[in-house]
Amino acid sequence: MAGGREVAESCVDAVIAEMVATYCKRLHPSKPELAARRVEAIGYQVGMQLAERYTKDRPRFADHLEVIKFICKDFWAEVFKKQIDNLKTNHRGVFVLQDNRFRWLTRLSIDSPANPSDSSPTSSAKVAQAAGPYLYYPCGLIRGALTNLGVPCAVSAEVSTLPACSFIVRIKA
Amino acid sequence: MAPAMRPGDAAFAAVEHVNAELFTLTYGAIVRQLLTDFEEVEQVNKQLDAMGYNIGIRLIDDFLAKSNVTRCSEFRETADVIAKVGFKMLLGVTATVSNWNNDSTECSLILEENPLVDFVELPETCQGLHYCNILCGVIRGALEMVSMRTEVKWVRDMLRGDDAYEMRLKMLDQIPEAYPYKDDE
Repeated sequence: MAGGREVAESCVDAVIAEMVATYCKRLHPSKPELAARRVEAIGYQVGMQLAERYTKDRPRFADHLEVIKFICKDFWAEVFKKQIDNLKTNHRGVFVLQDNRFRWLTRLSIDSPANPSDSSPTSSAKVAQAAGPYLYYPCGLIRGALTNLGVPCAVSAEVSTLPACSFIVRIKA
Repeated sequence: MAPAMRPGDAAFAAVEHVNAELFTLTYGAIVRQLLTDFEEVEQVNKQLDAMGYNIGIRLIDDFLAKSNVTRCSEFRETADVIAKVGFKMLLGVTATVSNWNNDSTECSLILEENPLVDFVELPETCQGLHYCNILCGVIRGALEMVSMRTEVKWVRDMLRGDDAYEMRLKMLDQIPEAYPYKDDE
């Protein structure tokens, strides 16, 4: 079965990029929220299934923090071949997972600003706008995995300097 | 590189790999979401084919850059390259080419292994679905970028109870190469 099966990384990249293009540009070009919900739902579904598969041989998690750590280490390593670089929390149910080199943003290009040293709000807004559609899927992936492991939450993403990216997990009380 | 390496294996070795799970599950979730959105199975088949086409027209560059294949002199060779090098490099499996028609314009690609369908079972309500239709689109798109217009469709599908995965690949015509260059540029 699928045990050791491998496919080219470009297949995964191509399918995800085309899924984003299909929903955001072709099917719902004038309804970005609807496109976002659909793509997030696809991620959620996959996150659920992956969490199930990746945890089948391990003991139960003791608490929410342990689950979050599992996402940062094992889950991230399986999906992205690296771990989350930095984990922060306010100890009141909000966690920030930072990936300094988020795979799915490494090939994203943006019209370079006229002045390369330009770090004005407009250029970071441009980055956020260009990267945005590619973050619905990973947000769904994280939410699906956490939900399946007993941590209901909302997940959003922030990006300022490519290809770094932060995922903000807000646990629902 | 070992001289005895077959072109498909060499091409597979030349690219980065990931565990197929993420790919298989993502594709499954996309099909599932499309089924929810469109309800009509025929529409979903069309969407999957269109997605494949868009992927194919981009993936061909990557393929040509990394696979080391040279220009194919005839359609028979093209089919062989798709089956032995293309499938191997991208999906890690090889296809068999068979059932050629008399004038060598039409053949079948038969897959024994298909990473797209691991974990998949089709419910009764999806009987008209060509679950792997994206592959037809990919091949059609990729070939169009190298000047061949083709028609690609599924004729046997194990998810629908057949004994193999078989795609029918039909060459329609060669598109004359037209260069967009202008002399004064």
